[in-house]
Amino acid sequence: MFLINCPYCGERDQQEFKAGGEAHIERPKQPTELSDDEWAEYLFMRKNIKGVQFERWNHAHGCRKWFNMVRDTSNDEIKAIYKMGEKPPSQ
Amino acid sequence: MRNKYSVFSLIKNALSYHENWQRAWKDPTPKKEYDAVIVGGGGHGLATAYYLAKKHNMNNIAVVEKGWIGGGNTGRNTTIIRSNYLWDASAGLYDHALKIWEGLSQELNYNVMFSQRGVMNLAHNLQDVRDLKRRTHANRLNGIDAVYLSTEEVKKFCPIINTSPDIRYPVLGGTLQRRAGTARHDAVAWGYARGADAMGVDIIQNCEVKGIKRNGDSVEGIETTKGFIKTKKVGVVAAGHSSVIANMAGLRLPLESKPLQALVSEPVKPIIDTVVMSNAVHAYVSQSDKGELVIGAGTDDYVSYTQKGSHQIVEGTLNAILELYPIFSRMRMLRQWGGIVDICPDASPILSKTSIKGLYFNCGWGTGGFKATPGSGDLFAHTIANDEPHKLNAAFNLNRFVSGDLVDEHGAAAVAH
Repeated sequence: MFLINCPYCGERDQQEFKAGGEAHIERPKQPTELSDDEWAEYLFMRKNIKGVQFERWNHAHGCRKWFNMVRDTSNDEIKAIYKMGEKPPSQ
Repeated sequence: MRNKYSVFSLIKNALSYHENWQRAWKDPTPKKEYDAVIVGGGGHGLATAYYLAKKHNMNNIAVVEKGWIGGGNTGRNTTIIRSNYLWDASAGLYDHALKIWEGLSQELNYNVMFSQRGVMNLAHNLQDVRDLKRRTHANRLNGIDAVYLSTEEVKKFCPIINTSPDIRYPVLGGTLQRRAGTARHDAVAWGYARGADAMGVDIIQNCEVKGIKRNGDSVEGIETTKGFIKTKKVGVVAAGHSSVIANMAGLRLPLESKPLQALVSEPVKPIIDTVVMSNAVHAYVSQSDKGELVIGAGTDDYVSYTQKGSHQIVEGTLNAILELYPIFSRMRMLRQWGGIVDICPDASPILSKTSIKGLYFNCGWGTGGFKATPGSGDLFAHTIANDEPHKLNAAFNLNRFVSGDLVDEHGAAAVAH
């Protein structure tokens, strides 16, 4: 349990948010040309990093907007928060 | 040679005030090379080593564990054992384990305190009723004992449940697997460790894997905090940390690691003599032999390796427990903890070869791996020794995420524990 600084609403309890998994997984540009291996990679395979991870979150019980977060999964420390479409900060 | 535990050894050791018991397993320094190395000294890893030595005559093997054996999810789960899964592949896998559980204490000469007190799953709405009836039929077709209970029968089997029709999630019925139950988690790890050690397996604790050395497409060995260990076969049984090990070998797995919490109350006199689980309100409870209520909560929805978990998850679980069991309203909770569970997209495990020769993964057990410990070890040992899966774990290969042949047990499995 931790506090999250929503880029639209400010600091709120994590309970108001929904985690949306790994960020910056690009949707295939040519889905019809994808092999089964590439589909598996896109749909299922995850980095699942122990350490600094880029992920998506949704302020589900607030403004309902999506945003990105850089978080250390080994201690739940939030390193950065940035809006969708913005460039991820370098580590 | 390992001394056998018996009533005579108990009397003999009582005479010397229990100060001369033989060590249950050695504390070896790693050799330079092994025929196989198991990464992870939890129940599954130790069982794998035990069956490799026992059934496949692989005695020159080691288990490396970064902490102490049984200190991860083996020591953190709520010890529920059952096999009433919906799909044929899962039924085969989990019932294989349950059959081994039934003779395990005798086989290991170690009391794992397996108690077939039954597991009851509750239905709270019409969809639950349909799902649980379907699962009961599926179980019986697979030769797994299962009965469907009416509300009255639920009340009769476990009188402290509130079956009043005016609660938020009324009990409309339930299923019962009588062969299901619980076991003592530490004893499972210790029993397998003692058995494996007696057959020559080196159990190396406080030895963390730092890297996997490859030569092209094959494994050459592992880098550890106690030096390099040469081996051609590496079986990874690292639960929540499976992805961390996979990343060392340049592999990606379809896993997300999340905190799952459990808690126990102060010890009280016997009040609940079975295990009751509820999928809809996500609460399950049993009573340990010490008298503590053992309560399991749900997972958080974000990836974390912190072994903590959020407060609201526990709060939601306890709300449900209190409505179902008003008699627990003044119980005090003693301890709460979290374990990191590795969850697959289809909520089924992976016991599989990989694209790297000699590298095997046993992971993805998610929130319910404890029940499968003996079966998982047996089948994973078979997979490592023969370099191909047993027919019972063939469906649980890594390639299913490419072929689409998933074993979708999400929700279908009573509750994912």
